[in-house]
Amino acid sequence: MSARGLLLVVWAALLASVPFVAPPYFMHLLIQILLWGFIYTAWSIMGRFGLVSLGHGAFLGVGAYVPALLWNYYAVTPWLGMPAAIVLAVLLGLVIGYPCVRLRVVGHYFALVTLALSQVVLLSIVAARDFTGGSLGLTINTIGQSWYAFQFPDKTHFYLIALALWAGGLAVWHWVDRGIGREALDAISEDEEAAAAVGINVMREKLRVTVISAALTALGGGIYAQYMMYINPETLSGLAVSLQIVFGAIIGGMYELLGSTIGALLTISLNEGLRVGFGTSFIGAANTIYGILLVLCIIFMPRGIIGALRGRGRRKPRRAVAPAE
Amino acid sequence: MDIFLLEAVINGLLLGGVVALLALGLNLIFGVIDVVWIAYADLVMCGMYVLFWLYAQEHWPLALACAAAIASVAVLGVLVHLLIIAPILGTAPINQLLATGGLLFFLQSFATLLFGTDFRNIGVRLPSIVLGDMSISSARLLAFAVAIVGAAALWVFLRRTFVGTAIRAIAQDRDIVGLMGVDQRNVYLVTSAIGGGLAGVAACLLSLQYDVHPFIGNTFGPLIFMTCVLGGLGDMIGGCVAAFVLSLIIAVGGYYWSTELSYVIAFTLFIVLMFVRPRGIMVR
Repeated sequence: MSARGLLLVVWAALLASVPFVAPPYFMHLLIQILLWGFIYTAWSIMGRFGLVSLGHGAFLGVGAYVPALLWNYYAVTPWLGMPAAIVLAVLLGLVIGYPCVRLRVVGHYFALVTLALSQVVLLSIVAARDFTGGSLGLTINTIGQSWYAFQFPDKTHFYLIALALWAGGLAVWHWVDRGIGREALDAISEDEEAAAAVGINVMREKLRVTVISAALTALGGGIYAQYMMYINPETLSGLAVSLQIVFGAIIGGMYELLGSTIGALLTISLNEGLRVGFGTSFIGAANTIYGILLVLCIIFMPRGIIGALRGRGRRKPRRAVAPAE
Repeated sequence: MDIFLLEAVINGLLLGGVVALLALGLNLIFGVIDVVWIAYADLVMCGMYVLFWLYAQEHWPLALACAAAIASVAVLGVLVHLLIIAPILGTAPINQLLATGGLLFFLQSFATLLFGTDFRNIGVRLPSIVLGDMSISSARLLAFAVAIVGAAALWVFLRRTFVGTAIRAIAQDRDIVGLMGVDQRNVYLVTSAIGGGLAGVAACLLSLQYDVHPFIGNTFGPLIFMTCVLGGLGDMIGGCVAAFVLSLIIAVGGYYWSTELSYVIAFTLFIVLMFVRPRGIMVR
């Protein structure tokens, strides 16, 4: 076995043994970090190629609500519900992605169109309140520990599931990064016309990352819902969530394999640390500092922490931002 | 025509006035500086809190409190530009959008810190105008009138003054304007101040109709961006038309179905129109 492979095995063993030593509260934090790290990673698959989406709340919402509703009303196992949600999210991604690519809606126009998409999903969930519980949220019917219902009251199961999910997300990221399409995508995010001129199929490459990203995000939403057992449209599809995903990925560094995970680690532990530090006496104090740090990060480290640490002087990718034609 | 439908249509038109005013300020910033202030609606929220604080808690006269609210949001607009936008003006526009996204978190939580999450209102309620079986909110009528006057004043300012001309010139070509002896930085500052001031005006008008809470920006923020883009960037008339179209859909849809569903329809229409008319509804 190569040294690299050995290192991976050691890391996997270390991470997998955490549940046997860590107290439940840390387990909860770690699960959150892994799940959000997975979702941020899924976002960065699109984001790093200049497709900055503010609409991933839509995919999260679909991913969480479809299996939950199918389970609550029709007792359909999440093992079928989640794939259904993924299919739906991919369709949604294509319905938005295809015309966007076709008509060259890029830059902040793309961000605003995708923002509209997440609002549509958010408000649809709220509007169907008889079915979804509206803004009050939805509690998933529990039947205790069950693989069939994908419900595990103890944290150990979910930690291992989240760990596997996260590792899978990294593998996909790596696969896209090393794949033949990566150079093509980099070229597209630099200059779309030039890329098309040298024979790159802009449409196919962009839609490919959109589909991958939407599918993974929906999967993340589904697992997250099964872990929390309570879902709420605002915490899954709200503007704040979509922004948070973007921030997590960017602060960590979306051009690096572990960047999004570092972003999740930082944002969640910062949030949690400030919350514990300030207690409940200053509601909002934590997020105030959080907001300032976000602004400073964007201004001083647009390539994210890992990107800044590496500082290999790689040129900052200039994204296509011309108005849609 | 059904009398209640007529009432919905009229209220929709009146709502359109406020949306148009909000879109106007954002349009100016979007069109001139080419930056999306994703926290624009939260500046409005700040203005509403300033008004609430000065009027309801410090008992200032209403007119003075309104003026102070408008001035402070204008200053806030300048600060946003100086502290957040100016340092990263040269980088990818998406960075600027995200930096103001951080501002959104900051403003919302700062307001929570100062005022808590309770719904507050300034305690001024204008009477409804009753016309036969219809009742029309006079607060909305006032908002509509002010929005029209504001839009007209802005139009005159942009057409008839040197700074206004410089602003329009920058919106057309920011590099060439420098050669004409215009200092872009000053124009950006003036634009940010006007954009902030318009948010302040909108804050005063909205305070008459809605309670303020820290997350009020989330409820109408997306609508303003949609209006702006739909109208076409820098296109003030298009922005007004888009504001009225969207507001009418929301009001009439709210009458037939539910408010949320009517927003869903309006946003879906936005997405579709973005693909059909990517440069705004008024452009052929």
